[in-house]
Amino acid sequence: MLTGRAFKFGDNISTDQIIPGRFAHLRSNLPELAKHAMEDAAPTFVARVKPGDFIVAGSNFGLGSSREHAPLVIKMAGVKAILARSVARIFFRNAINVGLPVLLCHTDNINDGDELEVDLKAGTIRDITSGSQLTFSKIPEIMLHILDEGGLLPYLEKYGDFKL
Amino acid sequence: MGKTLAEKILSTKSGAEAKAGDIVVAKVDLVFVQDTTGPLAVRQFRAAGFEHTASSLEAILFLDHAAPSPNRELSNDHMLLRDFAYQTGGMLSDVGEGICHQIVAESLAKPGDLVIGADSHTVTAGGLGAFACGMGSTDIAVALGLGRTWLRVPESVRVSLSGRFPSGVFAKDLVLYLIGQIGADGATYKALEFSGDSAGAMSISERLTVANMAVEAGAKVGLFPADEATRDYLSSQGRGDHYQPLFPDDSADYGQIIDINLAGLEPVVARPHTVDNIALARELKGTKVNQVVIGTCTNGRLDDLAVAAKILSGKKRHVQTRLLIAPASRGVLLAAMRDGYIQTLLEAGAIILPPGCGPCLGLHQGVLASGESCLSTANRNFKGRMGNPEAFVYLGSPATAAATAITGEITDPREVL
Repeated sequence: MLTGRAFKFGDNISTDQIIPGRFAHLRSNLPELAKHAMEDAAPTFVARVKPGDFIVAGSNFGLGSSREHAPLVIKMAGVKAILARSVARIFFRNAINVGLPVLLCHTDNINDGDELEVDLKAGTIRDITSGSQLTFSKIPEIMLHILDEGGLLPYLEKYGDFKL
Repeated sequence: MGKTLAEKILSTKSGAEAKAGDIVVAKVDLVFVQDTTGPLAVRQFRAAGFEHTASSLEAILFLDHAAPSPNRELSNDHMLLRDFAYQTGGMLSDVGEGICHQIVAESLAKPGDLVIGADSHTVTAGGLGAFACGMGSTDIAVALGLGRTWLRVPESVRVSLSGRFPSGVFAKDLVLYLIGQIGADGATYKALEFSGDSAGAMSISERLTVANMAVEAGAKVGLFPADEATRDYLSSQGRGDHYQPLFPDDSADYGQIIDINLAGLEPVVARPHTVDNIALARELKGTKVNQVVIGTCTNGRLDDLAVAAKILSGKKRHVQTRLLIAPASRGVLLAAMRDGYIQTLLEAGAIILPPGCGPCLGLHQGVLASGESCLSTANRNFKGRMGNPEAFVYLGSPATAAATAITGEITDPREVL
Protein backbone atom coordinates (compact mmCIF):
# COMPACT_ATOMS: atom_id res chain seq x y z
CA MET A 1 0.00 0.00 0.00
CA LEU A 2 1.38 3.41 -1.02
CA THR A 3 0.25 6.67 0.58
CA GLY A 4 1.17 10.22 -0.31
CA ARG A 5 -0.01 13.54 -1.69
CA ALA A 6 -1.11 14.33 -5.22
CA PHE A 7 0.89 16.80 -7.33
CA LYS A 8 -1.58 17.67 -10.05
CA PHE A 9 -0.60 18.48 -13.64
CA GLY A 10 -2.60 19.10 -16.81
CA ASP A 11 -2.52 17.48 -20.26
CA ASN A 12 0.50 17.15 -22.58
CA ILE A 13 3.30 17.58 -20.02
CA SER A 14 6.33 17.01 -22.26
CA THR A 15 9.73 15.52 -21.46
CA ASP A 16 11.09 19.02 -22.09
CA GLN A 17 9.10 20.22 -19.08
CA ILE A 18 9.98 17.14 -17.00
CA ILE A 19 13.73 17.47 -17.59
CA PRO A 20 14.67 20.11 -20.19
CA GLY A 21 17.30 19.55 -22.88
CA ARG A 22 19.27 22.51 -21.54
CA PHE A 23 20.34 20.25 -18.64
CA ALA A 24 21.69 17.55 -20.98
CA HIS A 25 25.19 18.22 -19.64
CA LEU A 26 24.03 16.86 -16.24
CA ARG A 27 22.81 13.53 -17.56
CA SER A 28 25.96 11.76 -16.39
CA ASN A 29 25.47 13.34 -12.94
CA LEU A 30 22.03 12.06 -11.98
CA PRO A 31 21.84 13.55 -8.44
CA GLU A 32 22.43 17.03 -9.90
CA LEU A 33 20.05 16.39 -12.80
CA ALA A 34 17.31 15.25 -10.42
CA LYS A 35 17.32 18.69 -8.75
CA HIS A 36 15.62 19.97 -11.91
CA ALA A 37 12.80 17.41 -12.08
CA MET A 38 9.55 18.91 -13.43
CA GLU A 39 11.22 22.33 -13.41
CA ASP A 40 9.53 23.80 -16.48
CA ALA A 41 6.10 22.51 -15.45
CA ALA A 42 6.29 23.39 -11.72
CA PRO A 43 9.47 25.28 -10.78
CA THR A 44 9.17 24.53 -7.02
CA PHE A 45 8.32 20.83 -7.46
CA VAL A 46 11.59 19.39 -6.13
CA ALA A 47 11.47 21.63 -3.05
CA ARG A 48 7.89 20.61 -2.22
CA VAL A 49 7.70 16.92 -3.14
CA LYS A 50 8.18 14.37 -0.35
CA PRO A 51 9.14 10.70 -0.65
CA GLY A 52 5.99 8.73 -1.35
CA ASP A 53 4.08 11.47 -3.19
CA PHE A 54 2.35 10.96 -6.53
CA ILE A 55 2.28 12.81 -9.81
CA VAL A 56 -1.32 13.03 -11.03
CA ALA A 57 -1.61 14.11 -14.65
CA GLY A 58 -4.13 14.44 -17.46
CA SER A 59 -3.66 12.90 -20.88
CA ASN A 60 -0.47 12.22 -22.85
CA PHE A 61 1.93 12.67 -19.95
CA GLY A 62 5.59 12.44 -20.97
CA LEU A 63 5.19 13.11 -24.67
CA GLY A 64 8.28 13.91 -26.66
CA SER A 65 11.80 12.71 -26.19
CA SER A 66 13.00 9.16 -25.54
CA ARG A 67 15.11 10.40 -22.61
CA GLU A 68 14.81 7.81 -19.86
CA HIS A 69 16.11 10.53 -17.55
CA ALA A 70 12.52 11.86 -17.44
CA PRO A 71 11.01 9.02 -15.35
CA LEU A 72 14.37 8.57 -13.63
CA VAL A 73 14.47 12.08 -12.13
CA ILE A 74 10.80 11.81 -11.13
CA LYS A 75 11.62 8.59 -9.27
CA MET A 76 14.73 10.12 -7.73
CA ALA A 77 12.65 13.06 -6.48
CA GLY A 78 10.73 10.55 -4.36
CA VAL A 79 7.60 10.02 -6.46
CA LYS A 80 6.23 6.50 -5.97
CA ALA A 81 3.83 6.33 -8.93
CA ILE A 82 2.42 8.38 -11.80
CA LEU A 83 -1.35 8.47 -12.16
CA ALA A 84 -2.51 9.70 -15.56
CA ARG A 85 -5.40 9.48 -17.99
CA SER A 86 -2.83 8.44 -20.61
CA VAL A 87 0.92 8.49 -21.07
CA ALA A 88 3.08 8.74 -24.17
CA ARG A 89 4.43 5.43 -25.43
CA ILE A 90 8.18 5.80 -24.92
CA PHE A 91 7.74 7.42 -21.51
CA PHE A 92 5.51 4.51 -20.48
CA ARG A 93 8.16 1.92 -21.35
CA ASN A 94 10.91 3.98 -19.74
CA ALA A 95 8.98 4.43 -16.48
CA ILE A 96 8.39 0.69 -16.18
CA ASN A 97 12.02 -0.02 -17.09
CA VAL A 98 13.24 2.16 -14.21
CA GLY A 99 10.70 0.61 -11.85
CA LEU A 100 8.30 3.55 -11.60
CA PRO A 101 4.63 2.43 -11.68
CA VAL A 102 2.32 4.16 -14.15
CA LEU A 103 -1.36 3.87 -13.23
CA LEU A 104 -3.83 4.66 -16.01
CA CYS A 105 -7.06 6.02 -14.53
CA HIS A 106 -9.53 8.93 -14.63
CA THR A 107 -7.65 11.61 -12.78
CA ASP A 108 -10.05 14.53 -13.35
CA ASN A 109 -11.53 14.47 -9.84
CA ILE A 110 -8.26 14.22 -7.95
CA ASN A 111 -7.19 17.65 -6.71
CA ASP A 112 -3.73 19.01 -6.10
CA GLY A 113 -2.68 18.15 -2.55
CA ASP A 114 -5.21 15.33 -2.02
CA GLU A 115 -4.03 12.47 0.17
CA LEU A 116 -4.06 9.24 -1.85
CA GLU A 117 -3.80 5.59 -0.94
CA VAL A 118 -2.76 3.25 -3.77
CA ASP A 119 -3.08 -0.53 -3.65
CA LEU A 120 -0.95 -1.77 -6.56
CA LYS A 121 -2.04 -5.40 -6.18
CA ALA A 122 -5.76 -4.66 -5.96
CA GLY A 123 -5.60 -1.98 -8.65
CA THR A 124 -7.37 0.63 -6.55
CA ILE A 125 -6.76 4.24 -5.60
CA ARG A 126 -8.52 5.83 -2.63
CA ASP A 127 -8.65 9.62 -2.47
CA ILE A 128 -8.67 10.07 1.31
CA THR A 129 -9.32 13.82 1.02
CA SER A 130 -12.43 13.51 -1.17
CA GLY A 131 -13.45 10.03 -0.07
CA SER A 132 -13.73 8.76 -3.64
CA GLN A 133 -12.33 5.51 -5.00
CA LEU A 134 -10.83 4.77 -8.44
CA THR A 135 -9.55 1.75 -10.27
CA PHE A 136 -6.70 1.74 -12.74
CA SER A 137 -6.47 -0.33 -15.90
CA LYS A 138 -4.22 -3.33 -16.39
CA ILE A 139 -0.95 -3.01 -18.25
CA PRO A 140 0.53 -5.76 -20.46
CA GLU A 141 1.76 -8.76 -18.50
CA ILE A 142 5.38 -8.38 -19.57
CA MET A 143 5.40 -4.84 -18.17
CA LEU A 144 3.90 -6.08 -14.91
CA HIS A 145 6.68 -8.63 -14.60
CA ILE A 146 9.34 -6.00 -15.31
CA LEU A 147 7.74 -3.74 -12.71
CA ASP A 148 7.52 -6.58 -10.18
CA GLU A 149 11.28 -7.04 -10.40
CA GLY A 150 11.89 -3.30 -9.99
CA GLY A 151 12.88 -2.55 -13.60
CA LEU A 152 14.26 -4.07 -16.78
CA LEU A 153 17.79 -4.82 -15.54
CA PRO A 154 16.67 -6.76 -12.43
CA TYR A 155 14.09 -8.52 -14.64
CA LEU A 156 16.86 -9.52 -17.04
CA GLU A 157 19.05 -10.67 -14.18
CA LYS A 158 16.27 -12.97 -12.98
CA TYR A 159 14.99 -14.32 -16.31
CA GLY A 160 18.04 -13.91 -18.57
CA ASP A 161 15.85 -13.01 -21.55
CA PHE A 162 12.35 -11.76 -22.38
CA LYS A 163 9.73 -14.26 -21.23
CA LEU A 164 6.30 -14.05 -22.84
CA MET B 1 -7.12 -11.56 -43.14
CA GLY B 2 -4.08 -9.91 -44.70
CA LYS B 3 -1.37 -8.00 -42.91
CA THR B 4 -0.57 -4.36 -42.44
CA LEU B 5 3.01 -3.20 -43.04
CA ALA B 6 3.62 -3.27 -39.28
CA GLU B 7 2.26 -6.82 -38.97
CA LYS B 8 4.31 -8.00 -41.95
CA ILE B 9 7.61 -6.70 -40.64
CA LEU B 10 7.03 -7.84 -37.06
CA SER B 11 5.92 -11.29 -38.25
CA THR B 12 9.20 -11.70 -40.10
CA LYS B 13 11.29 -10.40 -37.23
CA SER B 14 9.53 -12.45 -34.54
CA GLY B 15 9.00 -15.62 -36.54
CA ALA B 16 5.37 -15.60 -35.39
CA GLU B 17 2.07 -14.63 -36.97
CA ALA B 18 2.07 -11.14 -35.51
CA LYS B 19 -1.37 -9.53 -35.31
CA ALA B 20 -2.23 -6.12 -33.86
CA GLY B 21 -2.39 -6.38 -30.07
CA ASP B 22 0.04 -9.31 -29.79
CA ILE B 23 3.22 -9.01 -27.76
CA VAL B 24 6.23 -10.36 -29.66
CA VAL B 25 9.95 -10.73 -29.09
CA ALA B 26 11.61 -9.60 -32.30
CA LYS B 27 15.11 -9.67 -33.73
CA VAL B 28 16.51 -6.18 -34.27
CA ASP B 29 18.68 -5.28 -37.26
CA LEU B 30 19.97 -1.85 -36.32
CA VAL B 31 20.37 -0.31 -32.87
CA PHE B 32 21.68 3.18 -32.23
CA VAL B 33 22.16 5.79 -29.57
CA GLN B 34 23.00 9.48 -29.68
CA ASP B 35 25.11 11.60 -27.37
CA THR B 36 22.39 12.60 -24.90
CA THR B 37 20.91 9.10 -24.44
CA GLY B 38 23.98 6.99 -25.21
CA PRO B 39 25.95 7.42 -21.97
CA LEU B 40 23.09 6.01 -19.87
CA ALA B 41 22.64 3.18 -22.39
CA VAL B 42 26.34 2.32 -22.14
CA ARG B 43 26.19 2.30 -18.34
CA GLN B 44 23.09 0.08 -18.38
CA PHE B 45 24.71 -2.22 -20.95
CA ARG B 46 27.66 -2.69 -18.60
CA ALA B 47 25.44 -2.96 -15.51
CA ALA B 48 23.57 -5.78 -17.21
CA GLY B 49 26.89 -7.61 -17.55
CA PHE B 50 27.14 -7.45 -21.34
CA GLU B 51 30.60 -7.17 -22.84
CA HIS B 52 29.86 -7.47 -26.55
CA THR B 53 27.02 -6.21 -28.68
CA ALA B 54 25.00 -9.00 -30.30
CA SER B 55 26.71 -10.14 -33.50
CA SER B 56 23.39 -10.30 -35.35
CA LEU B 57 22.88 -6.52 -35.32
CA GLU B 58 24.58 -3.35 -36.40
CA ALA B 59 25.33 -0.94 -33.53
CA ILE B 60 25.99 2.74 -34.15
CA LEU B 61 26.87 5.59 -31.80
CA PHE B 62 26.04 9.08 -33.08
CA LEU B 63 27.53 12.30 -31.73
CA ASP B 64 25.03 14.78 -33.17
CA HIS B 65 22.99 16.52 -30.47
CA ALA B 66 25.86 18.54 -29.04
CA ALA B 67 28.16 18.64 -32.03
CA PRO B 68 30.73 19.91 -31.45
CA SER B 69 30.40 19.82 -27.67
CA PRO B 70 29.71 23.15 -25.94
CA ASN B 71 31.00 22.14 -22.48
CA ARG B 72 33.23 19.69 -20.64
CA GLU B 73 30.41 17.54 -19.29
CA LEU B 74 29.15 16.75 -22.78
CA SER B 75 32.75 16.37 -24.01
CA ASN B 76 33.22 13.69 -21.36
CA ASP B 77 30.02 11.99 -22.54
CA HIS B 78 31.39 12.06 -26.08
CA MET B 79 34.62 10.47 -24.87
CA LEU B 80 32.66 7.71 -23.14
CA LEU B 81 30.78 6.91 -26.35
CA ARG B 82 33.92 6.99 -28.50
CA ASP B 83 35.65 4.60 -26.07
CA PHE B 84 32.63 2.29 -26.12
CA ALA B 85 32.68 2.23 -29.91
CA TYR B 86 36.39 1.36 -29.98
CA GLN B 87 35.94 -1.34 -27.33
CA THR B 88 32.91 -3.04 -28.87
CA GLY B 89 33.58 -2.47 -32.55
CA GLY B 90 30.40 -0.43 -32.86
CA MET B 91 30.27 2.14 -35.63
CA LEU B 92 30.99 5.71 -34.55
CA SER B 93 29.47 8.68 -36.34
CA ASP B 94 31.47 11.53 -34.84
CA VAL B 95 30.66 15.24 -34.57
CA GLY B 96 30.22 16.87 -37.96
CA GLU B 97 28.90 13.80 -39.77
CA GLY B 98 25.29 14.74 -39.16
CA ILE B 99 22.04 13.77 -37.48
CA CYS B 100 21.53 10.11 -36.61
CA HIS B 101 18.21 9.82 -38.45
CA GLN B 102 19.60 11.34 -41.64
CA ILE B 103 22.61 9.02 -41.68
CA VAL B 104 20.43 6.01 -40.86
CA ALA B 105 18.29 6.92 -43.89
CA GLU B 106 21.24 7.65 -46.19
CA SER B 107 23.43 4.70 -45.34
CA LEU B 108 21.91 2.07 -43.07
CA ALA B 109 18.17 1.36 -42.88
CA LYS B 110 16.61 -1.10 -45.30
CA PRO B 111 12.98 -1.79 -46.14
CA GLY B 112 11.69 -4.45 -43.75
CA ASP B 113 14.33 -3.80 -41.09
CA LEU B 114 13.54 -3.50 -37.41
CA VAL B 115 15.39 -0.38 -36.29
CA ILE B 116 15.41 0.90 -32.72
CA GLY B 117 17.17 4.00 -31.52
CA ALA B 118 17.51 5.87 -28.27
CA ASP B 119 15.84 8.88 -29.81
CA SER B 120 12.15 9.46 -30.36
CA HIS B 121 12.61 10.52 -33.99
CA THR B 122 13.94 7.08 -34.91
CA VAL B 123 10.56 6.80 -36.67
CA THR B 124 12.13 8.74 -39.56
CA ALA B 125 13.38 5.52 -41.20
CA GLY B 126 9.76 4.47 -41.64
CA GLY B 127 9.98 6.60 -44.78
CA LEU B 128 12.05 3.77 -46.27
CA GLY B 129 9.69 1.03 -45.10
CA ALA B 130 11.66 0.09 -41.98
CA PHE B 131 9.81 -0.57 -38.73
CA ALA B 132 11.71 2.09 -36.81
CA CYS B 133 10.84 3.28 -33.34
CA GLY B 134 12.35 5.14 -30.45
CA MET B 135 13.07 3.64 -27.04
CA GLY B 136 14.86 4.67 -23.86
CA SER B 137 18.43 3.90 -22.85
CA THR B 138 17.77 0.68 -20.89
CA ASP B 139 15.63 -0.87 -23.63
CA ILE B 140 18.39 -0.02 -26.10
CA ALA B 141 21.11 -1.39 -23.82
CA VAL B 142 19.30 -4.71 -23.48
CA ALA B 143 18.60 -4.91 -27.23
CA LEU B 144 22.28 -4.22 -27.93
CA GLY B 145 23.22 -7.14 -25.73
CA LEU B 146 20.51 -9.64 -26.63
CA GLY B 147 19.89 -8.70 -30.26
CA ARG B 148 16.15 -8.75 -29.46
CA THR B 149 13.48 -6.56 -27.97
CA TRP B 150 9.82 -6.97 -27.05
CA LEU B 151 7.12 -5.05 -28.85
CA ARG B 152 3.37 -4.82 -28.81
CA VAL B 153 2.22 -5.14 -32.43
CA PRO B 154 0.46 -1.83 -33.07
CA GLU B 155 -2.95 -1.31 -34.58
CA SER B 156 -2.48 0.59 -37.82
CA VAL B 157 -4.19 3.73 -39.03
CA ARG B 158 -4.21 4.05 -42.78
CA VAL B 159 -3.55 7.58 -44.05
CA SER B 160 -4.65 7.56 -47.67
CA LEU B 161 -3.23 10.42 -49.75
CA SER B 162 -4.65 11.72 -53.02
CA GLY B 163 -4.07 14.80 -55.18
CA ARG B 164 -0.95 16.90 -55.66
CA PHE B 165 0.61 19.55 -53.44
CA PRO B 166 -0.34 23.06 -54.61
CA SER B 167 2.52 25.53 -55.13
CA GLY B 168 3.97 26.61 -51.77
CA VAL B 169 2.64 23.56 -49.90
CA PHE B 170 5.00 20.80 -48.82
CA ALA B 171 5.25 17.48 -46.97
CA LYS B 172 5.77 19.41 -43.73
CA ASP B 173 2.41 21.11 -44.17
CA LEU B 174 0.80 17.72 -44.74
CA VAL B 175 2.15 16.17 -41.55
CA LEU B 176 1.43 19.28 -39.46
CA TYR B 177 -2.12 19.31 -40.83
CA LEU B 178 -2.53 15.61 -39.99
CA ILE B 179 -1.30 16.11 -36.41
CA GLY B 180 -3.61 19.10 -36.06
CA GLN B 181 -6.51 16.90 -37.14
CA ILE B 182 -5.87 13.89 -34.89
CA GLY B 183 -4.07 15.61 -32.00
CA ALA B 184 -0.75 15.10 -30.22
CA ASP B 185 -2.00 11.77 -28.86
CA GLY B 186 -4.18 10.87 -31.84
CA ALA B 187 -2.10 7.83 -32.77
CA THR B 188 -0.62 6.82 -29.40
CA TYR B 189 0.62 3.18 -29.42
CA LYS B 190 -0.45 2.90 -33.09
CA ALA B 191 1.25 2.74 -36.48
CA LEU B 192 0.52 5.42 -39.05
CA GLU B 193 0.71 3.78 -42.49
CA PHE B 194 0.71 6.09 -45.51
CA SER B 195 -0.73 4.87 -48.79
CA GLY B 196 -2.41 5.95 -51.99
CA ASP B 197 -1.10 7.22 -55.33
CA SER B 198 0.10 10.46 -53.79
CA ALA B 199 2.14 8.64 -51.16
CA GLY B 200 3.76 6.74 -54.03
CA ALA B 201 4.50 10.02 -55.81
CA MET B 202 6.29 11.50 -52.80
CA SER B 203 10.09 11.64 -52.82
CA ILE B 204 12.02 9.79 -50.11
CA SER B 205 12.97 13.12 -48.54
CA GLU B 206 9.28 14.02 -48.29
CA ARG B 207 8.46 10.61 -46.84
CA LEU B 208 11.20 11.00 -44.25
CA THR B 209 9.72 14.37 -43.22
CA VAL B 210 6.29 12.83 -42.72
CA ALA B 211 7.52 9.67 -40.97
CA ASN B 212 9.76 11.77 -38.73
CA MET B 213 6.75 13.51 -37.20
CA ALA B 214 4.61 10.39 -36.67
CA VAL B 215 5.78 10.41 -33.06
CA GLU B 216 4.32 13.91 -32.63
CA ALA B 217 0.90 12.27 -32.91
CA GLY B 218 2.06 9.65 -30.40
CA ALA B 219 2.63 6.92 -32.99
CA LYS B 220 5.04 4.05 -32.45
CA VAL B 221 5.99 4.07 -36.12
CA GLY B 222 5.17 5.94 -39.35
CA LEU B 223 5.44 3.65 -42.35
CA PHE B 224 5.57 4.13 -46.10
CA PRO B 225 5.56 1.18 -48.53
CA ALA B 226 8.91 0.39 -50.14
CA ASP B 227 8.43 0.98 -53.87
CA GLU B 228 10.27 2.15 -56.96
CA ALA B 229 11.08 5.51 -55.37
CA THR B 230 12.66 3.63 -52.46
CA ARG B 231 14.63 1.47 -54.88
CA ASP B 232 15.87 4.52 -56.80
CA TYR B 233 16.85 6.31 -53.59
CA LEU B 234 18.80 3.32 -52.27
CA SER B 235 20.52 2.98 -55.66
CA SER B 236 21.45 6.66 -55.59
CA GLN B 237 23.09 6.03 -52.20
CA GLY B 238 25.07 3.14 -53.66
CA ARG B 239 23.06 0.46 -51.93
CA GLY B 240 20.55 -0.74 -54.46
CA ASP B 241 21.06 -4.26 -53.09
CA HIS B 242 19.32 -3.17 -49.87
CA TYR B 243 16.00 -2.84 -51.67
CA GLN B 244 13.06 -5.17 -51.34
CA PRO B 245 9.51 -4.19 -52.28
CA LEU B 246 7.16 -4.02 -49.31
CA PHE B 247 3.44 -3.30 -49.38
CA PRO B 248 0.56 -4.03 -47.05
CA ASP B 249 -1.90 -6.74 -48.10
CA ASP B 250 -5.08 -5.51 -49.76
CA SER B 251 -7.13 -7.29 -47.13
CA ALA B 252 -5.18 -5.89 -44.15
CA ASP B 253 -7.23 -4.72 -41.20
CA TYR B 254 -7.04 -0.97 -40.65
CA GLY B 255 -9.17 0.09 -37.72
CA GLN B 256 -9.19 3.67 -38.92
CA ILE B 257 -8.73 5.28 -42.34
CA ILE B 258 -7.95 8.96 -42.82
CA ASP B 259 -8.28 10.43 -46.33
CA ILE B 260 -6.34 13.57 -47.20
CA ASN B 261 -6.42 15.34 -50.55
CA LEU B 262 -3.12 17.18 -50.87
CA ALA B 263 -4.66 19.65 -53.32
CA GLY B 264 -6.79 21.05 -50.51
CA LEU B 265 -3.88 21.87 -48.18
CA GLU B 266 -2.41 25.28 -47.40
CA PRO B 267 0.84 26.31 -45.67
CA VAL B 268 0.36 25.78 -41.92
CA VAL B 269 2.27 26.53 -38.76
CA ALA B 270 2.26 24.86 -35.33
CA ARG B 271 1.97 27.49 -32.62
CA PRO B 272 3.53 27.25 -29.14
CA HIS B 273 3.60 25.01 -27.11
CA THR B 274 2.19 21.84 -28.72
CA VAL B 275 2.61 20.44 -32.21
CA ASP B 276 -1.14 20.00 -32.70
CA ASN B 277 -1.79 23.73 -32.17
CA ILE B 278 -2.10 24.33 -35.92
CA ALA B 279 -3.03 27.55 -37.74
CA LEU B 280 -2.85 28.65 -41.36
CA ALA B 281 0.41 30.53 -41.97
CA ARG B 282 -1.51 33.44 -43.51
CA GLU B 283 -3.59 33.83 -40.35
CA LEU B 284 -0.42 34.45 -38.32
CA LYS B 285 0.79 37.39 -40.41
CA GLY B 286 2.10 40.09 -38.09
CA THR B 287 3.65 37.62 -35.63
CA LYS B 288 7.22 38.90 -35.19
CA VAL B 289 9.99 36.32 -35.40
CA ASN B 290 13.47 36.88 -33.94
CA GLN B 291 15.08 33.73 -35.28
CA VAL B 292 14.47 31.33 -38.15
CA VAL B 293 15.99 27.84 -38.14
CA ILE B 294 16.16 25.69 -41.26
CA GLY B 295 17.48 22.21 -40.68
CA THR B 296 16.97 19.25 -38.28
CA CYS B 297 16.03 15.63 -38.96
CA THR B 298 12.64 16.86 -40.18
CA ASN B 299 13.73 19.35 -42.84
CA GLY B 300 17.49 19.60 -43.16
CA ARG B 301 17.89 17.77 -46.47
CA LEU B 302 19.05 19.00 -49.87
CA ASP B 303 15.55 19.68 -51.23
CA ASP B 304 14.74 21.69 -48.10
CA LEU B 305 17.83 23.88 -48.54
CA ALA B 306 17.02 24.17 -52.26
CA VAL B 307 13.55 25.56 -51.52
CA ALA B 308 14.96 28.00 -48.98
CA ALA B 309 17.73 29.12 -51.34
CA LYS B 310 15.25 29.68 -54.16
CA ILE B 311 13.11 31.96 -51.99
CA LEU B 312 16.09 33.80 -50.45
CA SER B 313 18.03 34.18 -53.72
CA GLY B 314 18.97 37.83 -54.19
CA LYS B 315 17.16 38.80 -50.97
CA LYS B 316 18.32 39.59 -47.47
CA ARG B 317 17.06 38.32 -44.17
CA HIS B 318 15.08 40.87 -42.15
CA VAL B 319 17.48 42.97 -40.11
CA GLN B 320 15.86 41.87 -36.83
CA THR B 321 15.61 38.18 -37.73
CA ARG B 322 18.56 35.83 -37.37
CA LEU B 323 18.69 33.01 -39.93
CA LEU B 324 20.32 29.73 -38.88
CA ILE B 325 20.90 26.85 -41.30
CA ALA B 326 21.90 23.40 -40.03
CA PRO B 327 22.32 20.81 -42.82
CA ALA B 328 21.24 17.36 -41.70
CA SER B 329 24.48 15.65 -42.74
CA ARG B 330 27.91 16.17 -44.22
CA GLY B 331 26.55 14.72 -47.47
CA VAL B 332 23.74 17.27 -47.52
CA LEU B 333 26.17 20.13 -46.84
CA LEU B 334 28.53 19.00 -49.60
CA ALA B 335 25.69 18.70 -52.10
CA ALA B 336 24.28 22.09 -51.07
CA MET B 337 27.70 23.65 -51.64
CA ARG B 338 28.02 21.93 -55.02
CA ASP B 339 24.61 23.25 -56.06
CA GLY B 340 25.29 26.80 -54.84
CA TYR B 341 22.63 26.87 -52.12
CA ILE B 342 25.11 27.59 -49.34
CA GLN B 343 26.49 30.56 -51.28
CA THR B 344 22.96 31.90 -51.82
CA LEU B 345 21.99 31.45 -48.19
CA LEU B 346 25.17 33.08 -46.90
CA GLU B 347 24.62 36.05 -49.21
CA ALA B 348 21.10 36.35 -47.80
CA GLY B 349 22.55 36.73 -44.32
CA ALA B 350 22.35 33.17 -43.02
CA ILE B 351 24.62 31.56 -40.46
CA ILE B 352 25.68 28.05 -41.53
CA LEU B 353 25.96 25.64 -38.59
CA PRO B 354 27.80 22.32 -38.65
CA PRO B 355 25.76 19.28 -39.69
CA GLY B 356 23.87 18.06 -36.63
CA CYS B 357 20.82 18.76 -34.50
CA GLY B 358 21.78 22.42 -34.16
CA PRO B 359 19.54 24.59 -31.97
CA CYS B 360 16.54 22.21 -32.06
CA LEU B 361 16.79 20.98 -28.50
CA GLY B 362 18.13 24.02 -26.70
CA LEU B 363 21.66 22.85 -25.98
CA HIS B 364 23.66 25.37 -27.97
CA GLN B 365 23.90 27.20 -31.31
CA GLY B 366 20.93 29.53 -31.09
CA VAL B 367 19.29 29.45 -27.64
CA LEU B 368 16.43 31.95 -27.56
CA ALA B 369 16.19 34.96 -25.24
CA SER B 370 13.22 35.39 -22.92
CA GLY B 371 10.17 36.53 -24.82
CA GLU B 372 11.71 35.79 -28.22
CA SER B 373 9.98 33.84 -30.96
CA CYS B 374 11.51 31.39 -33.42
CA LEU B 375 10.10 29.81 -36.54
CA SER B 376 11.82 26.47 -37.03
CA THR B 377 11.56 23.63 -39.52
CA ALA B 378 12.00 21.21 -36.59
CA ASN B 379 9.42 18.83 -35.18
CA ARG B 380 8.85 20.12 -31.62
CA ASN B 381 7.73 23.40 -30.13
CA PHE B 382 7.31 22.38 -26.49
CA LYS B 383 7.78 24.95 -23.77
CA GLY B 384 11.52 25.22 -23.10
CA ARG B 385 12.42 23.22 -26.21
CA MET B 386 14.96 25.70 -27.55
CA GLY B 387 16.66 26.27 -24.23
CA ASN B 388 14.38 28.87 -22.67
CA PRO B 389 10.94 28.19 -21.16
CA GLU B 390 10.09 31.87 -21.66
CA ALA B 391 10.54 31.69 -25.43
CA PHE B 392 8.08 30.73 -28.17
CA VAL B 393 8.66 28.20 -30.95
CA TYR B 394 6.60 27.95 -34.15
CA LEU B 395 7.01 25.13 -36.66
CA GLY B 396 6.65 25.33 -40.43
CA SER B 397 8.06 24.21 -43.77
CA PRO B 398 11.41 25.40 -45.14
CA ALA B 399 9.47 27.63 -47.58
CA THR B 400 7.49 29.24 -44.75
CA ALA B 401 10.74 29.62 -42.80
CA ALA B 402 12.54 31.30 -45.71
CA ALA B 403 9.63 33.66 -46.38
CA THR B 404 9.50 34.51 -42.68
CA ALA B 405 13.24 35.23 -42.61
CA ILE B 406 12.74 37.88 -45.31
CA THR B 407 9.78 39.68 -43.75
CA GLY B 408 10.62 39.18 -40.06
CA GLU B 409 7.10 37.98 -39.35
CA ILE B 410 5.32 34.70 -40.02
CA THR B 411 4.64 34.70 -43.75
CA ASP B 412 2.75 32.42 -46.11
CA PRO B 413 5.43 31.43 -48.65
CA ARG B 414 2.99 31.91 -51.52
CA GLU B 415 3.43 35.66 -50.94
CA VAL B 416 7.08 35.51 -52.01
CA LEU B 417 7.13 32.64 -54.51
